[in-house]
Amino acid sequence: MTAVRVPSPLRPYTGGAKEVDVTGATVGVALQDLAQRYPDVRRHLFDEAGALRAYVNVFVNDDDIRTLEGEATLLHPADRMMIIPSIAGGNAGEAIR
Amino acid sequence: MSLSIPAALLAQVRRHGEQAYPEEGAGLMLGAFEGGNRRVTHLLPLDNHFQPDSRNRRYLIAPRDLLRAEDEAERLGLEIVGVFHSHPDHPAQASDFDTQWALPVYSYLITQVQTGEAVESRSWRLTEDRGAMLEEPVQITNPSVAEEAV
Repeated sequence: MTAVRVPSPLRPYTGGAKEVDVTGATVGVALQDLAQRYPDVRRHLFDEAGALRAYVNVFVNDDDIRTLEGEATLLHPADRMMIIPSIAGGNAGEAIR
Repeated sequence: MSLSIPAALLAQVRRHGEQAYPEEGAGLMLGAFEGGNRRVTHLLPLDNHFQPDSRNRRYLIAPRDLLRAEDEAERLGLEIVGVFHSHPDHPAQASDFDTQWALPVYSYLITQVQTGEAVESRSWRLTEDRGAMLEEPVQITNPSVAEEAV
């Protein structure tokens, strides 16, 4: 089992839990396990093609998985995962002048 | 479904947008979930970490800032109830980009800052299917406090 820190906007979908346990040998499998245990999380983690959404950052022991092996990053028994979204937005199009 | 915010805090949100102009300014709103409504009691103005040449139309709150904010909210016995940001020279309307990047549950309070002056603030919330941002009423509380703050 690997403990995963759930970001506050997804906690309503994990029964309010800040941290949940998941199983999986890799980050990708563990995230799929999370989405299976808490189905309403899925659409906010993954896009329609099944890829992690751009705002989803996953850390293993404080390291961003983009600097590791991405979703293929291996998990070890004492590892801890964190899901922390980037919060972004902004206007688009022509400015009003 | 509505966003309730003291006038003094709304004034602070608007000033933050004006000070960030011509870039977008952003931060987090802390408070409480009350049924379908969000009540704002604290603000955490934050730096815009988007790449500098696009900050006039984009904002980014860094993951480490969200992590700190979650810990701060927990320390205060509060929740993060939403995000505020400004749209320099653009309407206070959620854009497609806002929708694509929106998180569930949070209220998104957007302030139009026109030529450096905040003119309108409107609040939006992502639908459960992620298909759209729906506008919610903004209820301004404690107007007398705001008069002192402004």
